[in-house]
Amino acid sequence: MKSFATFGNELYTGERSYNFVGKRKIWFSIAGIAVLLSILFPMLGGGFNFGIEFRGGSQFTISDVAHKESALGEKAVAEAVPGTVAVVTNIAGSTMQVQTDRLSDDQTLRVKDSLKAAYGVTEEHITSTFVGPTWGQDVSRQAIIGFFVFVLLATVLMALYFRTWRMSIAAIIGLLVVMVVTAGFYAASNFEVTPSAIIGFLTILSYSLYDTVVVFDKIRENTADIATSTRRTFGEEVNLAVNQTLVRSINTMMVAVLPVGSILFIGAFLLGAGTLRDLSLALFIGIIVSTFSTIFIAAPMYAWLRQNEPALAKQAKKVQARRGAETVDA
Amino acid sequence: MARTGPTSTARRTLLWLGALIIVCTLAVGGGVLSGAVSSWAPKLGLDLEGGTQMILAPKVEGGAAITSEQLDQAVSIIRQRVDGSGVSEALISTEGGKNVVVQMPGVPTTEERNLIKASANMNFRPVIVSTNAPAGAVPEASRTPADQLPKPAAAPLNASDPNWVDAALMQSFEATSCIAPTTPLPTVTDPSKPMVACEAGSGVKYILGPVEIPGKWIKTASYGLQPGAQGVTTNTWAVQLTLVKPEGAQAFKEVTQRLNAKYLTNRDDPQARFAIVLDGNVISAPASMAVITDGQSSITGNFTEASAKALADQLKFGALPISFEIQSDEQISATLGLQQLEMGMLAGLIGLGLVVIYSLFQYRALGLVTIFSLVIAGILTYLAIVLLGWAENYRLSLAGIAGIIVAIGQTADSFIVYFERVRDELRDGRGLIAAVENGWMRAKRTILASKAVNILASLVLYFVSVGNVKGFAFTLGLTAVADLIVVFMFTHPTLQLLARTKFFGEGHHFSGLDPKQLGAVPLYRGAGRFRTPEDSPDFSKSKNARAAGEAERRQTIAERRLAAKQEQMAGSRVSGSSKSESSDDSKESK
Repeated sequence: MKSFATFGNELYTGERSYNFVGKRKIWFSIAGIAVLLSILFPMLGGGFNFGIEFRGGSQFTISDVAHKESALGEKAVAEAVPGTVAVVTNIAGSTMQVQTDRLSDDQTLRVKDSLKAAYGVTEEHITSTFVGPTWGQDVSRQAIIGFFVFVLLATVLMALYFRTWRMSIAAIIGLLVVMVVTAGFYAASNFEVTPSAIIGFLTILSYSLYDTVVVFDKIRENTADIATSTRRTFGEEVNLAVNQTLVRSINTMMVAVLPVGSILFIGAFLLGAGTLRDLSLALFIGIIVSTFSTIFIAAPMYAWLRQNEPALAKQAKKVQARRGAETVDA
Repeated sequence: MARTGPTSTARRTLLWLGALIIVCTLAVGGGVLSGAVSSWAPKLGLDLEGGTQMILAPKVEGGAAITSEQLDQAVSIIRQRVDGSGVSEALISTEGGKNVVVQMPGVPTTEERNLIKASANMNFRPVIVSTNAPAGAVPEASRTPADQLPKPAAAPLNASDPNWVDAALMQSFEATSCIAPTTPLPTVTDPSKPMVACEAGSGVKYILGPVEIPGKWIKTASYGLQPGAQGVTTNTWAVQLTLVKPEGAQAFKEVTQRLNAKYLTNRDDPQARFAIVLDGNVISAPASMAVITDGQSSITGNFTEASAKALADQLKFGALPISFEIQSDEQISATLGLQQLEMGMLAGLIGLGLVVIYSLFQYRALGLVTIFSLVIAGILTYLAIVLLGWAENYRLSLAGIAGIIVAIGQTADSFIVYFERVRDELRDGRGLIAAVENGWMRAKRTILASKAVNILASLVLYFVSVGNVKGFAFTLGLTAVADLIVVFMFTHPTLQLLARTKFFGEGHHFSGLDPKQLGAVPLYRGAGRFRTPEDSPDFSKSKNARAAGEAERRQTIAERRLAAKQEQMAGSRVSGSSKSESSDDSKESK
């Protein structure tokens, strides 16, 4: 893998450079469109597909069934509680899932017995879940509180650490883009939004800011002596920092996405719907979007927020002047 | 000395880490041997073990928000009910400051479920019959024959009237056992009818008359030391009960008048007593020693401070009945639990395997350091989970396992940040030993700052969240801490030592730190030729004096003057790092 190391070297020296900061208009436009689509889509397309935890209802999971026919389950439910419509799906392997409206305790037991008989399994193989209609809301309300508390505290933490609130602002804007786009993806793909997916969302918060802090720390290091340097303008220094950490960003994304991808694979194909799939799906998208957002949104945003500061504008002129002089010399 | 300094520090740090792991292992091992910990495996949550989990939201009558005190009461009520129903190993906890979570192995019967979620009910009933001692069921042979069972001759005059006791009630009284094995009694009873009840704890068996004071007439209750006749505090604990005026006080006056009359004729007459009944259980049955006219009474007995407080709390609960609304009710089969556990572990192993392959691919031999670091982080996390399962009854859930798997990537990132910084230093032409030290100085800050974000996120999630989110946040935070320990106590010291080996120090092709491959330009190329600024790679601000010196060499005269001036102003700063930070401060505080 010589080429990747060489790639890293060239990025480090500035020999190879991608213009993340300079072309920010393009990136911001793309992000703007993505955000707009992510907001419009749920509004026009009927919104999110909320899981049973949000709608309320009863759900049965039957493992190790002999026959995978949905009709068996539908008939069993209709026999146990006449008038109840069941949605029966084969979620993965030999696991069936039966969802109904909310059933009372007695009804739940009757349906359970009936399903046991229909699919020829024992008590050990059947799982039932009853969810009140407010449980999902409860989870999401707490999640929203968590979101705001975290964003607020993280903003303060970053402002203190980097000693500039502009980095906090840029990082939070990058984070918001990630959240909105990931949510939009959920709406567009019609994946079920469950409390597990909400956990995934909240983890993206942590991952996204984490990723941004690593890149911003390099930016802070590169631009620490900007006032006395005539080598590069502020924007160029920021861009160099992003390029120098590009290998890290790619490696980090890969290393983060690989385990999440394996949970996604296991969750989606071997275990069927459930905690693992819902959680890892949100994370999978979120991690990839986060990496792009840090590079294409947060860092250029920071450069843009600061470039018009008088001291930095003056420094940029000095750099231009020196370059002009060099051209004349040459 | 410059060489032995870091080496011995590195060795010492590694020894400390070894000691930490050994101490934790011994703690777990000791626990297993002494029987305090059941096994080396962490405790598993219900979604992995199978069982029932009910999340109940307590609701106070009138829709007021529930206080933490009421939540604690709700937990103790449910605990009493669950323990009373004979379910073993039930775990009852609060969550998010507003929910009660009941977890138990197996599947409870419909009766048990109804019992758990029923709204609690407190009231006062007069005692008609009392065994006055712990009592089991009367043996079949010695039970009252059918023809001798009481046949009430007249309609009862008041709630204490023995005419309430009919044949059926007497039979049920005799068949009931209040000592182990206790007879389950209904928790919901008709307030207008007499009932058979047990006093939890003492095992005394009663027949009680109809309800005379419903719980809603209790205004408040408190406890304290009983004031004596001269206003001097005695050593007797008492519970003060205040009833709602006028209906509560009026009813209590009538009751105490009747009961006190009996008390005055015979102090030991069971009918001189009234029972405080919660959920069909008698929690206290004091005798009426005085007529209470103003609804303010004081209950004395053999109270300790704790038991007085418990009774006062229960009475207060009666004043505000709590009902429970089921938020979610899951019965997870053991099969599904096992399947989820297996799949979770499989996902973790695949994820770990992929990370290992990627690390070796990217970092060659250095990738081995990553793998060992991950293994140590894994061991620390595992030990912490087992120890927490022991000390705090922490149970690993599927979401928790997902948190650990997700953390593999975030843990590995600390090493990536570090290794990339070391590579950057090598690219600048530094020797490996110096590159490791400088790279570490710079990576350390980044790692600390970024891990702070992670830990902050876990803390916030842990404290505000409900349900599965909590378990997830917990493991995520735990692994972030384990990661910090590992990167500081293992990865860095190991790299310090490795930098001094031939394989890494000479930059073997497969070491992952080959300067040639990294395009390094040595500072000194022999024959007195130093590299010139033109062919040098970009210089970056570094944290050590040497790098600062190097940067200084490249400065223009004007820059150098400015730097000198800054240094003067900043006082006696020596190192380059503090200089760059001071300029950082002054610039960005504008």
